[in-house]
Amino acid sequence: MTFKFTVSPDFTPDHLSGWYIFNTWLQKQTDSAIHLEIYNDFQLQREAIAHDQIDLIYANPFDAAMLVREKGFMPLVKPQGESDEAIIAVNADSAIQCVTDLKPGTRVSYTDDPDVRLMGMIMLEPGDLDVGNIQGVPCDTYILVAKHLLQGDADVGIFLAEAYDDLSEMIKKRLRILVRSQIGVIHHSLMIGPKLKDKKELFEKCLLKMAEETKGGGVLESLGFKGWEKVDEEEMEFMIDLMDTLNV
Amino acid sequence: MIHDMQPEFIKGEYQEATLELYGGIRRRVLYNESEIPYPDGKLIVSTTDPEGIITHVNQSFVDMSGYTEAELIGAPHSILRHPDMPSAAFKDLWDTVNRGDKWQGFVKNLRKDGAYYWVKATVIPNVRQGKVVGYTSVRRKPSRTKVEESIKLYSAMIQQERA
Repeated sequence: MTFKFTVSPDFTPDHLSGWYIFNTWLQKQTDSAIHLEIYNDFQLQREAIAHDQIDLIYANPFDAAMLVREKGFMPLVKPQGESDEAIIAVNADSAIQCVTDLKPGTRVSYTDDPDVRLMGMIMLEPGDLDVGNIQGVPCDTYILVAKHLLQGDADVGIFLAEAYDDLSEMIKKRLRILVRSQIGVIHHSLMIGPKLKDKKELFEKCLLKMAEETKGGGVLESLGFKGWEKVDEEEMEFMIDLMDTLNV
Repeated sequence: MIHDMQPEFIKGEYQEATLELYGGIRRRVLYNESEIPYPDGKLIVSTTDPEGIITHVNQSFVDMSGYTEAELIGAPHSILRHPDMPSAAFKDLWDTVNRGDKWQGFVKNLRKDGAYYWVKATVIPNVRQGKVVGYTSVRRKPSRTKVEESIKLYSAMIQQERA
């Protein structure tokens, strides 16, 4: 039987080949046939999950609740020392100095990355902004979020902190950070579905040893990770509860 | 475990009040007019058991409350209760979460040093295998407009409670 693996569509484009290399490594280590399917957007990926077509997923925290509570997925591991953080930035020449300077009607550029947009909108709340009184400027990539700020088509942009930090120095010089989140407990996780339940321990064992292994270390490097750390079910439940509170 | 507040921890002049807390606890609190602004980009996170006893706090909770983690774990969440908060707000919180629903509201919290800070709080029941095993509370930075509205509303509610 061939299992299907997918990766949250918000991965850094530089790491696309890394996920294919990871899948090859994982198949060899676990002696399992796994096909990696990359979806271009969250909607297509969610449809595949809804139709029980996915068995293994590197999931966005926003989707974790649905995966655990509706689809019976279990957490395996998360990237060591990594968490999802968001940044609110403006054009460096903008008169806006803090979130409370913002007014209803503010043009906000963002991508469809759901957890980052949620964290970003929470950071805009102190300025009395919400989805009902901003002008959304949806973008396909974080480069485009930056571009809208530089061209003056948007007043503020919501970035994944990692994506902002990876922007070129030239672009960053022309932008200014208003707020950087320091939440620390929201993270992507590799999760295993019901059809792979019997192999959970094997997968976990291989992944936790990956950084010490000669080939495994190189594969992790291609993903931009130092290693994996275990996520137990209570830690996942805690993150799901936390995401629930942020969704209110 | 919860103790009366001690004058040696309070900065500057202060007022005194005795609060009737959930579970029949009476606590002497000392408070002043010093507001500590909520830090940008942070969330204050805590969990309690079903009786409201704190079982977990994050570093932002420790930093903003002024208590150590050891002082917080095992204490009732009402250790943060400020005398300017009406009892009805907390009754609404408990009634809501006891129904299994999420509660959200604006809360003025009292620090160990007598100062205060405003938060936008969300509380949800932690359901495991169909049972409520505790509650998670997440606080974020509130808008000033909402804080001003809450000050007026809570002041009117307290007057009603005292009438």
